[in-house]
Amino acid sequence: MRSARLSRRRFLVRSALPAVALGLGLRPRLADAARSAAVTVAPRGPIPVPVALEVNGQPHLLTIEPRVTLLDALRERLGLTGTKKGCDQGQCGACTVLVDGRRVNSCLTLAIAVEGKRVTTVEGLARGDQLHPLQQAFIDADAFQCGYCTPGQLCSAVGLLAERRSLDPASVREYMSGNICRCGAYTNIVAAVRAAGGAV
Amino acid sequence: MRPFAYLRVTSAQAAQHALAAHPHGALLAGGTNLIDLMKIGVASPPTLIDIGAVPLAAVELTPHGALRIGALAKMSDVADDPAVRAAAPAVARALELSASPQLRNMATIGGNVMQRTRCVYFRDVSQPCNKRSNGAGCGALDGDDRQMAILGTSGRCICVHPSDLAVALLTTDATIHLRGPYGTRTTPFLGFHRLPGEDPTRDTVIGPDELIEAISFLPVPVTRNSTYLKIRDRTSYAFALVSIAVGLEVHDGAIRAARIGLGGVAPAPWRAQAAEAALIGRAPRRENFLAAAEAELQAARPQRLNGFKTTLARNAIVRALGVVGGAT
Repeated sequence: MRSARLSRRRFLVRSALPAVALGLGLRPRLADAARSAAVTVAPRGPIPVPVALEVNGQPHLLTIEPRVTLLDALRERLGLTGTKKGCDQGQCGACTVLVDGRRVNSCLTLAIAVEGKRVTTVEGLARGDQLHPLQQAFIDADAFQCGYCTPGQLCSAVGLLAERRSLDPASVREYMSGNICRCGAYTNIVAAVRAAGGAV
Repeated sequence: MRPFAYLRVTSAQAAQHALAAHPHGALLAGGTNLIDLMKIGVASPPTLIDIGAVPLAAVELTPHGALRIGALAKMSDVADDPAVRAAAPAVARALELSASPQLRNMATIGGNVMQRTRCVYFRDVSQPCNKRSNGAGCGALDGDDRQMAILGTSGRCICVHPSDLAVALLTTDATIHLRGPYGTRTTPFLGFHRLPGEDPTRDTVIGPDELIEAISFLPVPVTRNSTYLKIRDRTSYAFALVSIAVGLEVHDGAIRAARIGLGGVAPAPWRAQAAEAALIGRAPRRENFLAAAEAELQAARPQRLNGFKTTLARNAIVRALGVVGGAT
């Protein structure tokens, strides 16, 4: 069995993993190890391994294979199905979430690679019953039809506003182009983003 | 996706050691290309070496005045960097016109120049592809070749290189900084990418146990007066049909230096040296731009469905030169 052949170092590194969830911090240990040329960090997996995620401010400890994407971890393991799977290859933007406040495609992100980072999904935008200003703006501007792309549009727009770019219509269209809407609600999406950003 | 083992390293040296220790391992930076290729079965490394935490993301001016862009700098950050925008507008513009905001937040400079072709036959494992398996044949040669190359092709591969950034870097005489088992070395960016010839499997001259640490270039008049033009099937979030980066240095009505890179037309970022040579000493006028374009495109060998790329490239060269040459 694989586990019977664990080296001492591999065992130590693996044993350290749950410490992440306890806030003790794995990264300094790995950093120390990597700085020493004589030491090689042992790989984790391919069998399921402990992975500590922080999603919408909540810590989670999952046991998943390294190949699990952040999108699948959110939807299938954490039950956070607001984040949508569209193309699953980085072309539609339905899976857009924020990692450390920046918008990314969760379908092309490995869950194990965002350990130690803050993940925000559409479920994390509202404050209790108080909708995020962009959520309210999407409702006010009638910025969706079927709604499937909307969680990704919202997270992308949150990222766009944080980037402090020009909110003229052409710029909003360009900087929202990573989110495809098959219903074609673009006109109202642009209006909602501009309204939430204070441009109108 | 095939199962794999994962390790995270936090120094370039550790990354290089991990590459040496895992000969079929792959470096994971932004993942926007690699994870996609792993999902569709084109790549199946047994080990992923995550270098996302390696401190190689700085964009800085060196004591020698060169602009040094760390391999792990994100495309979005480099595009927005004031020093990059001043030193090489073509580089900033090429980055802005690449992919989507989300992908640019993930993807890195080193990963960008290492990205694989978007050729549909390369990406479909049910199709023969010499780039995936040399000797298997090429589905594109008798297939839908509308997107394929018109320059630098071989009987084994007619794909196009997808990077916008790499095309723009051809205006800069950039140097690429590599780390390998020997320590570090540099190599000119021009020549880093290979044409397919008899072996399309290797896109670049990088060794299997090497990684990119940075790309640097000296800001000079020809890089400061540069631009990037991208022509595609839709106006945003698409790969180029044809793209062009140009830089011109003009003094007293004559072109002193010219740099032209073409994208979407060749299996590697294409430096248009024949066009450059035709411009030196000439006035920045439309007829000279047209002559330069035609000098370069004499070598074009279109396939059945992509002859339009020759015309598109010619017109793009003339238009982009007009932007930086102050003439139309």
